[in-house]
Amino acid sequence: MSEIRIKTDAPEASFRDVAKDALLTAVVALVLAVPFIGLKSDSVGIALALQTRWAEMFAIVGAVVAGRVLISLFRLRRVQPRTPQPQKRAGAKELAAAWGGKHIVLIGVAGFAFAAALPFMPFSSRYTIDIGTTFLIYVMLGWGLNIVVGLAGLLDLGYVAFYAVGAYSYALLSTELGWSFWVCLPLAGLFAAMFGVILGFPVLRLRGDYLAIVTLGFGEIIRVVLTNWVEFSKGPNGISGIPRPSFFGFSFAREAESTTFHELFGIAYSSQHRIVFLYFLILALAGLTNWFTLRMRKLPTGRAWEALREDEIACRSLGINPTNVKLSAFALGAMFAGFAGSFFSTRQGFVSPESFTFMESAIILAIVVLGGMGSQMGVVLAAFALVILPEWFRDFQQYRMLLFGVAMVLIMVLKPTGVMGSREPTIRLHKKDQGSAAEAQPETAR
Amino acid sequence: MLKIEGVHTFYGQIEALKGVDLHIGKGEIVTLIGANGAGKSTLLMTVFGNPKCRKGRIVYEGQDITGVPAHEIVRLGIAQSPEGRRIFPRMTVYENLQMGALPTDGSTFEADIREVFDLFPRLEERRNQRGGTLSGGEQQMLAIGRAMMSKPRLLLLDEPSLGLAPLVVRQIFEIIKKINEKGVTVFLVEQNAFHALKLAHRGYVMVNGSITLTGTGRELLANPEIRAAYLEGGH
Repeated sequence: MSEIRIKTDAPEASFRDVAKDALLTAVVALVLAVPFIGLKSDSVGIALALQTRWAEMFAIVGAVVAGRVLISLFRLRRVQPRTPQPQKRAGAKELAAAWGGKHIVLIGVAGFAFAAALPFMPFSSRYTIDIGTTFLIYVMLGWGLNIVVGLAGLLDLGYVAFYAVGAYSYALLSTELGWSFWVCLPLAGLFAAMFGVILGFPVLRLRGDYLAIVTLGFGEIIRVVLTNWVEFSKGPNGISGIPRPSFFGFSFAREAESTTFHELFGIAYSSQHRIVFLYFLILALAGLTNWFTLRMRKLPTGRAWEALREDEIACRSLGINPTNVKLSAFALGAMFAGFAGSFFSTRQGFVSPESFTFMESAIILAIVVLGGMGSQMGVVLAAFALVILPEWFRDFQQYRMLLFGVAMVLIMVLKPTGVMGSREPTIRLHKKDQGSAAEAQPETAR
Repeated sequence: MLKIEGVHTFYGQIEALKGVDLHIGKGEIVTLIGANGAGKSTLLMTVFGNPKCRKGRIVYEGQDITGVPAHEIVRLGIAQSPEGRRIFPRMTVYENLQMGALPTDGSTFEADIREVFDLFPRLEERRNQRGGTLSGGEQQMLAIGRAMMSKPRLLLLDEPSLGLAPLVVRQIFEIIKKINEKGVTVFLVEQNAFHALKLAHRGYVMVNGSITLTGTGRELLANPEIRAAYLEGGH
């Protein structure tokens, strides 16, 4: 008997609380609203006249109270059903995790297949392919930075510096020396990796905030040098007339001295060819980055990156040399930015220091953090959210930063580890075996 | 096997170790007991070169290893299970053990992990579980197992009983005994003086950064001062 009464009593008591709360809200809102909204001073001629706006004031107070009641009711609902709901939620979460773990390879392959088929879709235009290319650049940069931030846990706020190094390497080597894209691409990666090591050395002993500040400074140094060293980089004017890439030596021009692409394949000339080619180029580069990272995670160095992120002291006690591990993370992360940079400059045909501001670093970092540090799939999702969505909603351009901020806050509140923030093991062993790693079935795609 | 000669270590101006002399013979279990803040962990960390000792020498198998970087010391055959276990919480048990095998060339990995799983059958049951989801005792087993993966000849254990239930502590100490019987020399730093002294061949007592007493485990257990300070009352 008493049990039943308690059950029915509880909500009543809380509804009384809600009413009390609403009343209090109304009083506070009213007190504040009278001077703020109810009374308005207007200049009539040279004198001030007081006007009243009671109707508006009551409307606003009403809205405040209604909002407060809604919040209270929402809380009440969340508190009340104690036993069944959390279990259900945990179950659903586990299910999702298990499902994601099993099918993530499938999703990845499907996504890649879709990306590869995109240029041939009936709905795809030059515009779609262009956006797709931009998107893939950011995905690639996100994956590259993921090595440094996500795997090795070194917060790098100046990642764009390596992107700039790659872009300028190709721009200068091609315009000054006339070297081809395919020679410059590995060189750009190499230069960027070198800069990664140069940055890596002084920051070896730094961690967390201090590291972030130094990398931020490094990013700015590169940009400022490129802006001011006019003899070297043509300063703020930038470098224009950067040669476009060729299809392994066959140019995409309508007419040229050597064989052109459309002559090689015996098809009609179309300006679209180069756009599609660029798209596939960045798709291949991004794919390479992803494949490399996934392989790396299974190798000792990659595993050491992750271990270093988790516990540096434990790493040292296990005989891992933190210096080498950190430097390799910086160098390899930078290398992919260098590749992306040289792609960027061949695509644009023009580079200037303005393309490499801190904002770029911030966006790339946001992609990694939003996606979930260390998650390859998360980077794709976050890049989609940060690159494609703003493109679709160009009408709301003014609110873009506002929405970024809101999204960041929401992520931090709801899912501080990012959209896909749980680490997948690089290896799963099946239950029944002779306890040997020979049967270890590798199962990853993050 | 390991000889520590007149080691002084400082944290800034504070002298944490005031001339410690200690030696560990091959095949022994040697324990170092003492109260909180006596400098026990500092001594272990000094062996690994972090912090560096300001005076004195550390000699391992005739080789002076004072000032050798930690990651190279591991390759010489000394492994450490650090205080507070420090396993990698987001990695699975299996991955944690793989991390321990990094200093080896990997050719004997299968046999090594078999050996660890034989010592700790519990770890084999949980090999796909993330380190952070293990119980305290299992984490300690993982920390010791991980250290064993580098096939050390000398194993340094820093408070393996820290925060564990008495029953689990007994299990852990039995395993340490087994490890020693396999031919691994063990240097055990402990606050749990009773268990440590019962297990160890020899023991040292550290007070305020200096060794005050030394003897066989049994002698120290019988010593009235030790009984008063570490075995009765406080524990």
